[in-house]
Amino acid sequence: MSVPGDQTIHSGPPPPVRRIVVSEEPTIVEPPRLDPTAPAAAVTGAPLTRRSDSLPASAIVERMRTENLRLYYGDNEAVKGVSLPVCRGEVLALIGPSGCGKTTLLRSLNRLTELTATARREGQIFLDNEDVDRIEVTQLRRRVSMVFQQPNPFPMSVFDNVAYALREGANRKPRKSALMEPVRQALDRAGLLAEVESNLDHPALRLSGGQQQRLCIARSLAAQPEVLLLDEPCSALDPKSTETIEQLIVKLRSEVAVVIVTHNLQQARRIADKVGFMYLGDLVEFGDGEQLFSNPREARTADYVAGSFG
Amino acid sequence: MGWLGGEDPDAQVRCPAVSASLTGGRTSAVESSRTWPLIDRIMLAFCWIAGISACVIAFAIVAFMAYKGLEFLRPNLFVERPNATFDQSKSGGFLDPLIGTILLTTMGTLVAIPVSVAVAIWLTEYGRPFGLARAVESAVEIIAGTPSIVLAIFGLIIFQQEVFGFLSFRAEGGSVFGRSFFTAALMMSLIALPLIVGATREGLQAIPSHVREASYALGKSKWATIQRVLLPSVRPAIGTGTVLGMGRIAGDTAIVVVLLGASLQIQGYGDIPGLDILRGNGGTLTSYTYVNSPAGEGAAPDKAYAAAFVLLMISIGLNLFVSRLARSGKSATAAATR
Repeated sequence: MSVPGDQTIHSGPPPPVRRIVVSEEPTIVEPPRLDPTAPAAAVTGAPLTRRSDSLPASAIVERMRTENLRLYYGDNEAVKGVSLPVCRGEVLALIGPSGCGKTTLLRSLNRLTELTATARREGQIFLDNEDVDRIEVTQLRRRVSMVFQQPNPFPMSVFDNVAYALREGANRKPRKSALMEPVRQALDRAGLLAEVESNLDHPALRLSGGQQQRLCIARSLAAQPEVLLLDEPCSALDPKSTETIEQLIVKLRSEVAVVIVTHNLQQARRIADKVGFMYLGDLVEFGDGEQLFSNPREARTADYVAGSFG
Repeated sequence: MGWLGGEDPDAQVRCPAVSASLTGGRTSAVESSRTWPLIDRIMLAFCWIAGISACVIAFAIVAFMAYKGLEFLRPNLFVERPNATFDQSKSGGFLDPLIGTILLTTMGTLVAIPVSVAVAIWLTEYGRPFGLARAVESAVEIIAGTPSIVLAIFGLIIFQQEVFGFLSFRAEGGSVFGRSFFTAALMMSLIALPLIVGATREGLQAIPSHVREASYALGKSKWATIQRVLLPSVRPAIGTGTVLGMGRIAGDTAIVVVLLGASLQIQGYGDIPGLDILRGNGGTLTSYTYVNSPAGEGAAPDKAYAAAFVLLMISIGLNLFVSRLARSGKSATAAATR
């Protein structure tokens, strides 16, 4: 039986090649092998510039610390005994493949993991030498604030988004006039004030993605937190917004301790003073950003930053 | 089976899509449907016919009711009170039933909204213990599935109890009558409740969890988050559910007949102005249509047609309003999850 329409389909010049033949053995293409002796920097390619130099040692103060931190989801151990310092004056970047516990670790720092019913924590987390379990949770989260992967402004005006963080609970007071100054300050710190100054009353959801994310940062900064947690804050953004936010993060580190989870190794290299490489729940390597990228101590770190896996 | 070889021995299986794309041609929809099995083509034809007949039926309802209704609809029908008389020229309009519909719908909705939103919030944001959440879900489903005549009879039994005497009035013998705008509106709220609960739940579930966490991460309590972040986000959803519920209340007859008395005129009871109406009996456009239809005792079909047309317009208007609300809600959610 010939198929109607077949002739018209094949009229004109004959098809160039191909025909899918099922019986034929597929050709297997060998992937190019990475030279294990080559230095990591050679593989990562383009030279990277840091956004700024490290701050002097006197400016670096330890604010948070985890001690043998273990986190479980049910029986699954997501973070396996991690001890880390978090310091003001430094940007700490957590890198590693997906699902290796970076975000879980980050969320545990302000006890957001407690919202997951199956999550369980062992080990201790200290904020200024005080166990976070002893700090009332809403107080803790005012001091240790977080910015998320997706920009998530609330369905209210630009002004109210920031003012919400400043007001107690669900209150609508203090009034707008009383909060104008701190709100503008927060927007300014997040580098957004110039763009939204004239329309603070517009709905925040009308802003562009990059502006929304900076608004979220402004919102987090408004309550004067001591630690700022950023969970892949640029992964949903374009390069231009990413650059703005990276500059912002570097600028903020002198006032706030910054922890950033990122999948973007170049980003970590550009902004981080300290880098922690996590793999399957372990903190494989922790050290100076430059050293970890150019001269890693662990083979797994070398493979990861060279792009061999992950 | 020309596909598998035949004149072309090399080709064992040739995918039509591939060959079409390679030649740069494109198969038309008609062409590809010709290769379908007969049963598929019959099913497709059935889908087309079903869709088109739905349009035809909807159009027929509106067209027929408009034709019949507009023929008898006079402006004075909206302002004249109905009278029980054999002389149709003196039997008045449907002012009272129109007010009854508006009053009952408003009251039912006002009761339903806070309860439904509270149920939806509890189910999505708390929902522990799990067994209780399942029970609440089933309860809402049961309420949704209960025929309104059953709700009406149930309401009558409940509201005739002594304790609920303040909601209606006492009949001559001293027993509680149980039929009033209050009691009917309470039962009507149960008709709207599942719709508002469902819409609000869907709205809440559509909010990504990181939005809630962003609020917690600012040191906000769960309750503050619900008030200032979640409720404003689901306002369009609540609106959609509410308007759907209003349509259902406005269109219900059984509860009006059993619990409102389905009287032609609104009959107040007591001497407190306003409250007397709410404790008294009345009717709505649905009961007016029923009573005046050839099935009822009024036997004034022209007025029934006019009232039915007005009722239909109210329902269609509410439904159009719902789709507009849903559209605006969707664009708001799209912006939120961008």
